[in-house]
Amino acid sequence: MVASAIFITDLAGKAIISRNYRGEIPLTKAIDRFAKYLAEIEDDAMKPVFHVDDNGDLMSDEDVGSTGVGGYSYVYVQHNNLYLCAVTCRNSNVALIATYLFKLASVFKDYFGTLEEESIRDNFVIIYELLDETMDHGMPQSLDSNILRTFITQRGNRMANNDKNKPPVALTNAVSWRAEGIKHKKNEIFLDVVEKLNLLVAANGTVLHSEIQGAVKMKSFLSGMPELKLGLNDKMMFEATGRANQARAGKSVELEDMKFHQCVRLARFENDRTISFIPPDGEFDLMTYRLNTHVKPLIWVEAVVEPHKGSRIEYMIKTRSQFKAKSVANNVEIIIPVPSDVDSPSFKSSVGNVTYLPDKDAVVWKIKQFHGGREYLMRAHFGLPSVSASDTGDSGDKKGKGEHSWKAPIAVKFEIPYFTVSGIQVRYLKIIEKSGYQALPWVRYITANGDYQLRMA
Amino acid sequence: MPSINLPGKNDGGHDSRFFTTQKKGEMHELKMELHSTDRNTKVDAVKKVIASMTVGKDVSSLFTDVLNCVQTGNIELKKLVYLYLINYSKSQPELALLAVNTFVKDASDPNPLIRALAVRTMGCIRVEKITEYLCDPLSRALRDEDPYVRKTAAVCVAKLYDLAPALVQERGFLEILHDLISDSNPSVVANGVAALSEIAETSGKDVMKISASVLQKLLAALNECTEWGQVFILDSLAKYAPADAREAEGIIERVTPRLQHANSAVVMSAVKVILSYMELMGSANTDTIRNLTRKLAPPLVTLLNSEPEIQYVALRNINLIVQKRPSILENEIRVFFCKYNDPIYVKMEKLEIIIKLVSEKNIDQVLLELKEYATEVDVDFVRKSVSAIGRCAVKLERAAERCIGVLLELIQTKVNYVVQESVIVIKDIFRRYPNRYESIIATLCDNLDTLDEPQAKASMIWIIGEYAERIDNADELLDNFLETFEEEDPSVQLQLLTATVKCFLKNPEDTQDMVQRVLDLATEESDNPDLRDRGFIYWRLLSTDPEAAKLVVLGDKPVIEDDTFKLEPNLLNTLIGQIATLSSIYHKPPEAFVVRASGRGVMHLGVGGDDMGEDDEEDYEDDEGIEQEDPVDLLDMGGMGINDNGAGDDLFGSSTPQAEQAVRFVKVCSEEKSGGIDVLAAYHQVNGNVLMELEFQNKSCSVPVSNLAIQLNKNAFGLSPVNQQIICNPPVQVGSSGTATVQLVANRSMLAPVQPGPASPQVQVAIKNMATSQVFYFAANFNIDAMFSSGGQMDRNAFIETWKNIDDGKEIYSTVSDLPSTDIDGIQAKFELYNIFFIARRQGMDGQEVVYFSMKTMTGMDFLAELTFKAGVNACKICLKTENTSYGHLVKNAIENLLRF
Repeated sequence: MVASAIFITDLAGKAIISRNYRGEIPLTKAIDRFAKYLAEIEDDAMKPVFHVDDNGDLMSDEDVGSTGVGGYSYVYVQHNNLYLCAVTCRNSNVALIATYLFKLASVFKDYFGTLEEESIRDNFVIIYELLDETMDHGMPQSLDSNILRTFITQRGNRMANNDKNKPPVALTNAVSWRAEGIKHKKNEIFLDVVEKLNLLVAANGTVLHSEIQGAVKMKSFLSGMPELKLGLNDKMMFEATGRANQARAGKSVELEDMKFHQCVRLARFENDRTISFIPPDGEFDLMTYRLNTHVKPLIWVEAVVEPHKGSRIEYMIKTRSQFKAKSVANNVEIIIPVPSDVDSPSFKSSVGNVTYLPDKDAVVWKIKQFHGGREYLMRAHFGLPSVSASDTGDSGDKKGKGEHSWKAPIAVKFEIPYFTVSGIQVRYLKIIEKSGYQALPWVRYITANGDYQLRMA
Repeated sequence: MPSINLPGKNDGGHDSRFFTTQKKGEMHELKMELHSTDRNTKVDAVKKVIASMTVGKDVSSLFTDVLNCVQTGNIELKKLVYLYLINYSKSQPELALLAVNTFVKDASDPNPLIRALAVRTMGCIRVEKITEYLCDPLSRALRDEDPYVRKTAAVCVAKLYDLAPALVQERGFLEILHDLISDSNPSVVANGVAALSEIAETSGKDVMKISASVLQKLLAALNECTEWGQVFILDSLAKYAPADAREAEGIIERVTPRLQHANSAVVMSAVKVILSYMELMGSANTDTIRNLTRKLAPPLVTLLNSEPEIQYVALRNINLIVQKRPSILENEIRVFFCKYNDPIYVKMEKLEIIIKLVSEKNIDQVLLELKEYATEVDVDFVRKSVSAIGRCAVKLERAAERCIGVLLELIQTKVNYVVQESVIVIKDIFRRYPNRYESIIATLCDNLDTLDEPQAKASMIWIIGEYAERIDNADELLDNFLETFEEEDPSVQLQLLTATVKCFLKNPEDTQDMVQRVLDLATEESDNPDLRDRGFIYWRLLSTDPEAAKLVVLGDKPVIEDDTFKLEPNLLNTLIGQIATLSSIYHKPPEAFVVRASGRGVMHLGVGGDDMGEDDEEDYEDDEGIEQEDPVDLLDMGGMGINDNGAGDDLFGSSTPQAEQAVRFVKVCSEEKSGGIDVLAAYHQVNGNVLMELEFQNKSCSVPVSNLAIQLNKNAFGLSPVNQQIICNPPVQVGSSGTATVQLVANRSMLAPVQPGPASPQVQVAIKNMATSQVFYFAANFNIDAMFSSGGQMDRNAFIETWKNIDDGKEIYSTVSDLPSTDIDGIQAKFELYNIFFIARRQGMDGQEVVYFSMKTMTGMDFLAELTFKAGVNACKICLKTENTSYGHLVKNAIENLLRF
C-alpha cells in the first residue's frame, strides 16, 4: 500500500542508511539504480517520481508498463546534501509517501538540529529507531517528534526516566499530539498572524497573480489539557451565526481556503465555523489560509534598463511604497538581476545601501526603514566587456543564455509589522482548563513578502 | 540508571566513533564485550556491531553472541538486538529460529512497549519457519488491552499474510481484523483498515467488505485518528461503491471537512473520494454537484503552495481532474502561471494544465504568458511553450489568428529551436484550418536554413508539398533538400518523397526530372522498406493513371482534432479513482505496471515475472501452499476407481434443467498442448454468479487428472477465478472425462489495459496440472451474456431518455436470418433467462414489430437493444446502442447467438 523501503543517500546516490520494510525489493540493487538515475539523467529531466521496469530501464510516464508489468517506482525529496527516497513495487499513494518524507525530515531536524550527511552518520542508531517507530510495514505511524521523544530510547538525557515502561497514551489517543501532565510555571500563549504576499507582475505592469498566504502560528506554554477557542473576523462565521450586520460592516474577511493543524476539530468547523482545539505544547502552525484577492503591490518597483552593447549598462530603479503612511516596512531588499559579465559598478541612491553581488549576478538595494507612501530612486552603472559572453559562445542553441540570466524578475523582500494585508483580526482566544488557571494570550501581526516577483521589461 | 555516553546532540556523542575501531582481532574484542556483565559495555558493543552492519561489513558471525544480549529488561538493548536480528535473519534462517523463544517470551512481557516490539519484529523477520511460532503471540496481541500493542498487531497480520496467506485465513485473523474496525481506539481502527486494504490488494479478494455499520465506524474514526490513519480510511472509502446517490451524498458530507486538513495527502485522498462518488450521483443532483465543484477549487489551488515535489503530484492529478470536471478550475488559470524559480518539472505540468484551461475568455492573457516563457533559458520548456501556443490555436478557432501572430513574432527572434518548434506547430494549424493562413508561408520559407531537426524539416517539407501551387519556387526548395536525401532521417525522406510527388501532380512540366530522381532514390538506393514501398506505390500510380494518383495523393485530408482532453473516458474514470497514487502520476491504470501480488502463488504458472532476484528475496516456499492443500487424499480416492465412463459430450446438454441458461461447450485446448487432456469450456450464469464450466477429456494422460490450478490473464471483462484450485472428483482416468466449475468474479484490477477499438472476447487461461506439474495455456472466448446482471431492468422513461442521449454514431446494426422461431413472446422469455429485460413493444409500419430490451453488465455497462421483426420474414434486425462502444459488438454477437439457438 505504501513504501517498500526507505533510504537516505548523499547527493551522488550513495546509500548512507536504509530500512527495507517489506523485503519485496532487493534494496542494494534498487539503491544502485537510484544512483544511476542521479548520474545519468540531466537535471532538467528529473522528476520527483519515476519508474524503472523489471530490467532496470527508466520508463517515461508515457511508457510505464509498455515493457510489461513489474519494476518499481521511486519517490524522493532533497534536503540539504541528502536525498530521502522511498521505493515501492505497488500502486502506492504517492501523496502519502511524499508528505511522509517531508515529515520525516522535520522529525530528524527536531532531533539533530540540522539534517545533513554529517548528522545522519552521527546518529544512525537513533535513525533506525525512528525509522521503525514512524513507519511499520511501509505504513506511516506516528510522526510527532514531541510524542516520539517520550518513548524513543536513544536519547541520553531521557534515559533516566523510567516511565518508559508504558507507551505514551498520546501515541494511540485521539489527542495524539499532546502528552498528559504538562506543567508550566507561567501559562502563556503567543499568537503570530503572519501574512506573506505572493505577487507576480508582468513586464507591462499588470498584476498577473497576487495571493495572500496567511498563517496563524502559536507558541503554547499551557499546563494540563486546555480547551481553546479562537475567534477571527471571518465573514462566513458571522454569516453562519446570523451576524450579517457585522459581516457587512466591512470589518470581516473572507478567508478562502483554510487549512488546520490536526488538533482542530474539522467537523465542528464545517458545522458552525468555530475553531476549537486542544493545542500541542510548544510551537506549531494552527492554521494557514489563502486569499486570492487583488492586492495592490505593497512595494512597487520599476526598472529602466539601458544596455549599450560592448561598453556599459545603466539601470534606473524607482520604488514606491503603497501602504498607509503610518506603517513602516523594515529591512527592505530589492534584488535586481544584472548580466554576468558586468564590471566596475557605481551606484547613486537617495536612500539606503546598494551592493553588487557578483556570485548572484545581482544588485541588492537595502532600505532599513521604508515608510508608507514614499518614493525613492536609485541609479546603477556598470561597464560591459567589449566582447560579451553571449557572443563568444557558439550561436544557435546557446544564444541568449547570457541575455536571459539578467532578464530574471526583480525580487523584493520586506517585513511590515502590526499590519495584515487581508485585514484579518483575532477577536478572542478563550482558554479553558479544568484547573481554572488564567492564561495570557499575546497577539502579533506581521506582513512579509512571499514569492514576490516583478518581471523586467 | 547510570549516565552513559549516548549519542545525541546534547552530549556531543557521535555514533561515527563506532566506525573507527576496525583493527585486527576486533571481532574477538566485540565478542568479549558482548559477553560482558556490564550492561553499558554490552550496549556499546551492540552499537558497534550495528555500525559495522550499516557500512556493509559482515558481522553475521556474531549472531549468537548478539542474540545472547536479548535476555535483558533494558528496552534500549533489546531494541538494538532486534534491529540486528531483522537484518541477519534472512541470511541465517536457522539461527533466527534460536531467537523465537525470546520473541514469544517478550510478547507476554508486562511492558506493552516490549510486547509490541516483539510482535512487530517477529513480523519483520521474513523467514517462513517463524510463522508458526508467530500465530499464538499475534493472536494474543490482537486482543491486547493496550491499544499500542493492538495497532502494531494489526499491521503484523498484513506482514504474515505476505508470508503465509493460508495461515492467516486458517487462524481467523481476517475476522479479528474486521473486529478491530470497531475498536474503541482510532489508531487501531486506522491500522486495521490499512492492513485489510493491503490484504485486499494483495489477494485481489474483497476482504475489506464495507457494510453499513462498518461504514459508520470508519466515518467516525475519520474525525479522530492521525493524519495517516485518515488517509488509510479515505483510500478504502474511495474503493467502496455507495448503494445509491443518497448514501454517496451522505458520505461526501462527512468527508468534505477533510479538505481543510493541513496534510496534502489527506486533502488529495478526500478529493478522490468526493470525485469518485460524484460520478454516482448522476446528473440528478445538479445543485449538490455545483456546490461540491465550488468547494473543491480552493483546496486544489492551495496544494500549489506546498513543496515542489508535492506540487508535482498535485499537478499530475489536477491534470486528470480538469479533464474530468473542467468547471472546477475554469476560473483559476492564473494560479498555474509559472514562476521563474519553479523547478522545470513543475513548469512543464503547469503548461499542460494551462492548455487544458485555456478559453476564449483568457486566451489573450495566456498568450502573453506563453510568449514570456518562450524567451526563458530552458530549451525544453521554451519548446513546450511554443508548442502550447500552437495547441491553443488548434483548440480555439477564434483565437487561431492571434496565436499565429505570436508564433510569427517568435520566428523573428531567429532562435534556432524556437523557429523549429514553431514550424512543427504551424503544420498542425494548417491541418486544422486548411486554406486559411497560407499567407504566412513566405515567412516560413525565409527560415529554411535554420531547420536541422528531422521533425521540423519533415513538417516544413509537408507544408511545401501541400501548398506547392502557392509557392513560386516550391520545386527549387525541394530540390535543395533532395541534395542531401540519403543522409536524411527516414521521416524526412518519406515527406520528401510525398511532397515531390504532390509538386509533380500540381506542376508536371517543371518537375518531371525531380520526381524521377526521387522515385529512383526511394526504390533503388534506399534499404528502408517503408520508403521503398511508398516509392513503388507512387510510381505505379503515376505510371498507370495520373488522374487517379491525383485523387489519392491530393485528396482532402481529415482535419485534425484538438487533443487537449485526450484520455479515453473509461481510463479517465479509472484514474479518478486512483487519485494520489502512482497510477495518477503515470496516467496508467495500476494493472499496467504493478504485478498483482496475489499472483505470487499462482503467477509461477504463467507469467512468473516477479522473481526479484535471490540476494534479498527469500524463497516463498509456501507459495504453493494453497494449491497443495490436499492432493494426496484426492489421489487416494481416485484409486478407489469410481469410473463412470461414457458420460460423453451430451452429459450437460441433457441434464441442464429447462429454466437455466443453456451451456454451450467449445473445445479450447487439445491434448497435444496439455499433456493428453482435451479441454472444453463454456460460460454461463447461475444465481448471479458467473461460472466457467470446464470439461476435461483425458485422452492419454497416465496420471488421473484430479488437482489443477487455474489462473486467468487480464482480460477485457476483469474476470478472475474466486478460487484458483480445481478439484476433479472423481479423478479423470485415461479415456474418461470429468467436469469442474470455476466461479469467476469481475474485478477492476484484472481489467486488461484499455485498448482503442473493439474489446476482445478472449480470456487467456493457464492451467497447471498439479500431478504432472505441467502448465498449459489456451484461450476461451467469453460470451458477455454470462455477465448480464439481474439488475439490468430499466424504467421505461429512463430507457427513452438514455436512448435519446446516446449519439447515433454509437449505434450498431446487424441482421440475423434463419431464426428457429420468431415468436416474440418466446424470445422475450428466453432473453429474461439471460437478464436481457423487456422494455416495450410497438407496431411499426408495414407489419413490423419493434421490441426494446435493456441489459446491464455486472461491471455497470448499460446496453439498449431494438429488435425489429417483420411478419412472414424469418429474420430479425438488431440495433444496439451503448456508451461503451468497445463492447457493443460483443453484446450484438451475444444477442445474435441467443436468437439462433
